Amino acid sequence: MAEITARLTLPATARRGEVVAVRVLVRHPMERAVDAPGLTPLPRRILHTFRVSYAGAEVFRASLSPGITANPYVEFTTVAVETGPMVFEWEEDGGATYRREATLTVA
Amino acid sequence: MRLAALLALLPCMALAQDIRPSRDYLAPELRAMQDAPSRHPGWLWVDEGEALWTRGAPSCASCHGDIAGMAGVAARYPAVAADGALLNLEGRIERCRTQHQHQPAFGYESEALLSLTTAIASRSRGLPVNVATTGPAAPFLDAGRRFYETRQGQLNLACGQCHDENAGRRLRGDVISNGLGTGYPAYRLEWNTLGSLHRRLRACSLGVRATQFPLGSAEYMALELYLASRANGLPIESPGLRR
Repeated sequence: MAEITARLTLPATARRGEVVAVRVLVRHPMERAVDAPGLTPLPRRILHTFRVSYAGAEVFRASLSPGITANPYVEFTTVAVETGPMVFEWEEDGGATYRREATLTVA
Repeated sequence: MRLAALLALLPCMALAQDIRPSRDYLAPELRAMQDAPSRHPGWLWVDEGEALWTRGAPSCASCHGDIAGMAGVAARYPAVAADGALLNLEGRIERCRTQHQHQPAFGYESEALLSLTTAIASRSRGLPVNVATTGPAAPFLDAGRRFYETRQGQLNLACGQCHDENAGRRLRGDVISNGLGTGYPAYRLEWNTLGSLHRRLRACSLGVRATQFPLGSAEYMALELYLASRANGLPIESPGLRR
């Protein structure tokens, strides 16, 4: 899996059972294959699936459509269970996948 | 004599007070987003620029050390180099790259140059603009002021007719600002990406149906200096967020 530029924002620490907000900003052109006079048509290349797993479970999943802006921003909440990695995975048109990790520290 | 000098200064002082930071003209939601690095896509370029800072041999860091040492540098550009050329931050980076790193230039508006410029400019965020306007910079400043004050294009407008006389009023869906370059390189929602001040100036020229000068041209370079002189003392906002 390839690296991708992303800003993953989690709280520095969380209490067990606390609802935490996770902010995800990812660098991607989200090429939506616009074909119009004067444009060179490019094949569609967007991040179509976004998945987040944490503490052995999938905590968030989204299907992204071609109407979504370049460099998409996603915010979701989850419950802090244990200190451990949160794994972010994106699937791109054409089969490429990207992966990033961030650690959630539970005091 | 002293009174006359003071009277001559008065209109300039009144004008200077009228120039407000670009962030004051942003919609509240955009201003909040500009202040939130976790939601502002421009910071993705800062991350990439900071990675570039330490890449290659010699890298930028080999001479300059940690990028934190670049605080305040962007506030001094555009500036006149030792050989008499007016350089903005992009031009300074390209010169470093060709003369000291012996690498081919990135090219204006290339992703690598935008990233490095944004990463360096972000280290001056919040610091006041402090460009030199006297000495070798004076003729460039005059050229920039002439450009700003000259009516141009089929619409026959000078920059100030929007950015001074009508600042704060609406033009189509946006509010007209004082036309400062302090937020650039900025992430512009219309572009769906981050771009340089010169790219924005080309859009301005197109807007009044005037000649669009090339990125990095002498005309826009002088104008950039004049805009920076108008912004002297106001905070750097780069990476800015614009509509």
